[in-house]
Amino acid sequence: MLRLTCPVCGATGEETEFHAGGEAHLKRFGPGSTDEDFRDYLFQRQNPRGVHFERWRHQYGCGKWFHVARCTQTLEVFGSYTAQTSTVPDHIQSAIKARRPDWEPAQ
Amino acid sequence: MSTRIQSGGRLIDRSRKIGFTFNGQRLTGHPGDTLASALLGSGQVLMGRSFKYHRPRGPVGAGSEEPNALMGLGQGAHFEPNQRATVAELHDGLAATSQNHWPSLDMDVGALNAAMSRFFPAGFYYKTFMAPRSAWKHVFEPVIRKAAGLGKAPTQPDADRYEYFYAYVDVLVVGGGMAGLQAALEAGRAGARVLLLEQTAHLGGRLLSDEVEIDGQPSDIWLAAAVAELQGMDNVTIRTRMMGAGVYDHGYVTGYERLTDHLENATGPRHRLWRIRTDRIVTATGAIERPLSFAGNDVPGVMLAAALRDYVTLYGVTPGDRTVVVTNNDDAYRTAIALKLAGLEVPVILDARDAAIGPLPRQARDLGIRVEVGKGVASVKGGKKVEAVEICSQAGEGTVLETIPCDAVAMSGGWSPVVHLWSHCGGKLVWDVDQAHFRPDASRPPTDHNGAGYVITAGSASGALLSGDAMQDAAAAGRRAAAEVGFIPSEGDAPTAMAEPEEPVQPVWMMPAGASYKLRSKAFLDFQNDVKVSDVQLAAQEGFESVEHAKRYTTLGMATDQGKLSNINGLAVLADSLGTTIPQVGTTTFRPPYTPISMGAIAGEARGAIFKPTRKSPIDGWHDENDAVWEPVADWRRPYTYRRAGETTEQAVHREIRNTRTNVGLLDASTLGKILVKGPDAAKFLDLIYTNMMSSLKPGRCRYGLMCTENGFLFDDGVVVRLSEDSFLCHTTSGGSDGVHAWMEEWLQTEWWDLEVFTSNVTEQFAQVAVVGPKARQLLESLGGMDVSKEALSFMGYAEGELGGIPARVFRISFSGELSYEIGVPASYGRAFWDMLLEKGAALGVMPYGTEALHVMRAEKGFIMIGDETDGTVTPHDLALGWAVSKKKEDFIGKRALQRPDMIRADRKQLVGLATEDPATVLPDGAHAVAGVNEYGDPKTIGHVTSTYFSPTMERSIAMALIDGGAGRMGEVLEFPVGKDSVIRATVVDPVFYDKAGERQDV
Amino acid sequence: MFEPRTALQGAHFSGDITVTDAGLVGMIAIRGSLTDPALCAAVAEVTGHPVPATRKMSGDATDGLAWMSADELMLFCAYGDAPTVAARLVDALGDVHSMVSVLSDARAVIRLHGDVVREVLAKGAPVDLAPDQFAQGDIRRSRLGQVAVAFWMTGADSAELVCFRSVAGFVFEWLSTASQSGSAVGYFATPRR
Repeated sequence: MLRLTCPVCGATGEETEFHAGGEAHLKRFGPGSTDEDFRDYLFQRQNPRGVHFERWRHQYGCGKWFHVARCTQTLEVFGSYTAQTSTVPDHIQSAIKARRPDWEPAQ
Repeated sequence: MSTRIQSGGRLIDRSRKIGFTFNGQRLTGHPGDTLASALLGSGQVLMGRSFKYHRPRGPVGAGSEEPNALMGLGQGAHFEPNQRATVAELHDGLAATSQNHWPSLDMDVGALNAAMSRFFPAGFYYKTFMAPRSAWKHVFEPVIRKAAGLGKAPTQPDADRYEYFYAYVDVLVVGGGMAGLQAALEAGRAGARVLLLEQTAHLGGRLLSDEVEIDGQPSDIWLAAAVAELQGMDNVTIRTRMMGAGVYDHGYVTGYERLTDHLENATGPRHRLWRIRTDRIVTATGAIERPLSFAGNDVPGVMLAAALRDYVTLYGVTPGDRTVVVTNNDDAYRTAIALKLAGLEVPVILDARDAAIGPLPRQARDLGIRVEVGKGVASVKGGKKVEAVEICSQAGEGTVLETIPCDAVAMSGGWSPVVHLWSHCGGKLVWDVDQAHFRPDASRPPTDHNGAGYVITAGSASGALLSGDAMQDAAAAGRRAAAEVGFIPSEGDAPTAMAEPEEPVQPVWMMPAGASYKLRSKAFLDFQNDVKVSDVQLAAQEGFESVEHAKRYTTLGMATDQGKLSNINGLAVLADSLGTTIPQVGTTTFRPPYTPISMGAIAGEARGAIFKPTRKSPIDGWHDENDAVWEPVADWRRPYTYRRAGETTEQAVHREIRNTRTNVGLLDASTLGKILVKGPDAAKFLDLIYTNMMSSLKPGRCRYGLMCTENGFLFDDGVVVRLSEDSFLCHTTSGGSDGVHAWMEEWLQTEWWDLEVFTSNVTEQFAQVAVVGPKARQLLESLGGMDVSKEALSFMGYAEGELGGIPARVFRISFSGELSYEIGVPASYGRAFWDMLLEKGAALGVMPYGTEALHVMRAEKGFIMIGDETDGTVTPHDLALGWAVSKKKEDFIGKRALQRPDMIRADRKQLVGLATEDPATVLPDGAHAVAGVNEYGDPKTIGHVTSTYFSPTMERSIAMALIDGGAGRMGEVLEFPVGKDSVIRATVVDPVFYDKAGERQDV
Repeated sequence: MFEPRTALQGAHFSGDITVTDAGLVGMIAIRGSLTDPALCAAVAEVTGHPVPATRKMSGDATDGLAWMSADELMLFCAYGDAPTVAARLVDALGDVHSMVSVLSDARAVIRLHGDVVREVLAKGAPVDLAPDQFAQGDIRRSRLGQVAVAFWMTGADSAELVCFRSVAGFVFEWLSTASQSGSAVGYFATPRR
């Protein structure tokens, strides 16, 4: 069972305090988008063995959403960061690279 | 024979006797005894029957690894099957019953299985019961069900209490032997928060049985000092009778604490499941001795050598007077020496090695014990009791050289570190050739959230079997753990532990090495599941080469002891059969818990009244006092109807409907979700959340709104009220309030964080009462207070004021088609408001109604219900709610999806009303309509019933359904097969059955 | 005639600790940017409490201000005062983007008292309740068993807990079960009084 730290309230809690919200940094495609873009937005998800970015909500705590960079293979957590961003912040990228030198951010 | 001896027994109090029963027979033991030691002390070696062959069995171990001595303990509501007698502490009045036999332990019919064992080889289930098919149902299954099963299930609900406890530490030490204590001392002295768990009642581990010198003194002196020092540290907690049950991700460990099992009259919780978070885990879990695989190694009286030594030393009991020791290592000599010093006979030590030259063998010889090297056991003679041992050359095929009468056998095949906790979360093992065991590979530990190894092994759990090495290893483990959690450990010398040095073990996987089939088929690997050497060899022969397959095929290691004794020996036999090596075969997966834990501990507090939260409305008390028939609605309980004396449930529902449509009814609608949405961008935000246009709503007005997912499917609905220019109150379904609130927050926090909007879930702030019916206005006017006239508060209007002296928010909305007011008052006033309505309304014939009347009345009006007419695949258009989907808005959640061709197909399932040909026949909920045939020639389903009732208002059955292209089928007669040869026919009609013009609500 | 009632109607349990309905408590949710000086000033002026730091609380359930989230505070006051205090907050906040909602009736406050208060909470909340990790002045939102709660220490051997009204009965029953006499864990050092 994971141990996560909410970047909003700073509390470290066990997984049961949180709610998983799937892949992070999805770009929303609304009216006017192509069928392919819309399909991918709804259904196409990364399923990497390794570095992954996820959305979590501190459901039983401060109620806020945040992002987590995590290794799906080892469950190592590289960091948690604000949900109000569409890109992976530099300090998180550095933290990942420090431990996964071969990792490159997705384009 | 098995008996209490005069010497030894450091854990028991010989000055007191306590009584217990075994299969109803009254026996006595001493405080400090385990059930197993007390039984041995009472002459009882036979303690149970095996699972498959019902072979007589006695204890083979003295601790938690025990596979054989499983008992039912306790009685009635305190009965629990499959408890290990070797770890059950004796207390006055303990009632134990043996298992797996009929009619009695001594006389067992099922033992015939043993005689038939040739016909029950590995995989016999798969082979035997294949054909004929009918035999399975009528012959095999009933017989197997009767004979199978381990112990008996309790017949009464568990009368004990259980609980959880969350604990947070820096370093968790599992195991309270020498290594665990030393590791805890190191981490504790450095300042770390330490929790040490010991599964037994005693600290010290093998120091209690074996002679070890620490810093030049007997280990007892060090032990007492270590425990005293640990107990004196504020940052260290020691818990005995608590097992480290499982290691999980990110330093999560479950601890299983047994609080009252050892007490006669106990109060308080029986077991406590600790849920521990720790940064580092030191596993000082020791090692387990391996049996040797010789014929008859399961006869009662054959035991692990160290276990036999424990019985003598700790409890002063012995399974026999004449014990043959058979070994492949020096450690078992300690047992021979202990027995000899206790005045018992050891006719011979059979050492499978070619030489026995270490100090321990020398000591044994000096005591006059005969030592035979290069020898082994061909076979143990005896049925329910060891009678003799036949000696053979280890190198041969089992030719009997000599038969030695004896009544006990102590066997030792070497020691395996307890690697379970290391392995639970992915710690890897390495095969140690010299010591012939798997031990943790310190370079491949399980890793935590920081990517660091978080389990550190200590002492013999690392493979450091000799005391001196174990102490050094444990000190290093404790220091490393402390350092890794940020403390500065000592750099001084660790204590020096000294025991007699030992010569290397020599692996012996079969005894004798060339044992015949006859011997191999009596040499047990897994005692509890009756898996023999020959079974594993057969599995290999039949192609089950993967260890995981062989395990499942033979059931090796699948018993409640999870193969603690059998695994390595089984792997070795498999490797030999496959012509490969043990490390190449590998191990099966170690899974928590280490030993079985009670179901009660897993449930914790969550049972009975607090099994699951039930949400109660502020008016719940009245419903409870007035015979509400409850219906669960999400986590709420709501009155389905209020049944009066002499009424059926259906009659009660119909009475409530008729009264509401003619007089006035009250519904407790407090459970409806209410979410406040406020801010400069509130209207813009709600335009995105709802399919409707909400920004055009005028303050003081209400609008029915729909919410879709991005998939375009309807998931919640409710009335939106514009309270002021920048604030809205959004009603949701009863089950949807938390979800919708979370949904809004999700979009605000993760997608549209630039919008200036705040939300607040105010669902529980208000008790909400729907006052419904032609006399609703009259009733409210009788309360006094705000103006509720048509002029002041028209249909779909909202006003705030006071009613009968209570602050009220009044919404003129209707889910029944009648004149209706929904009134929100502060929840603390809810009951008072409800009581007042009943009192003032008595003259008007007021009557509360429940959720079923609500459902029927909305169906009479053709209003949809989320969860009935919707199932996550239904669009607003499918339900003829296209009018509530804005065409003007550029965007809203679901808009893009609703433009997909599939979502606007004319032949999608669409909502229709149904009128059965026979007005008295009510369609079953979910009944399927069929028409024509599908590609397989079967009747083709074209839709299903979503809501169906008998309408007392229309005096006929009414229903709604989702039917392929339903909108174009008006007037068609559909067929609903409802069982064998029975078909209900119904005509497709407009789903609005009552007051189609909507005049009644707008008065 | 119209006495407002709490969900627990004065319930009280006595075991290893006492569990008591705190009665009617005024509660006001304040949402807004807690880093906005204008909001902080307005809140401090009306409530008499400074805006607390993250996961901190000033005062207690009789008169207190708690940090609930990055943009949310919970004000505790006398039940009868809540509507007027809320109105004063709205006035003081003026044009500051914010939301003030009275939630006095939406929640239940329960008082816990006794030596093993921390242990009783630690049976249901996955939170480190060691005295040096969770002290008076801290507030923790978490879960107790299966329901959301928030709690804070009001002294060495006392705490207050708030939960939703609809589950107040469940939470009370849960706390009573966990603190039945003879259930003490003996894990945290006994508080010095």
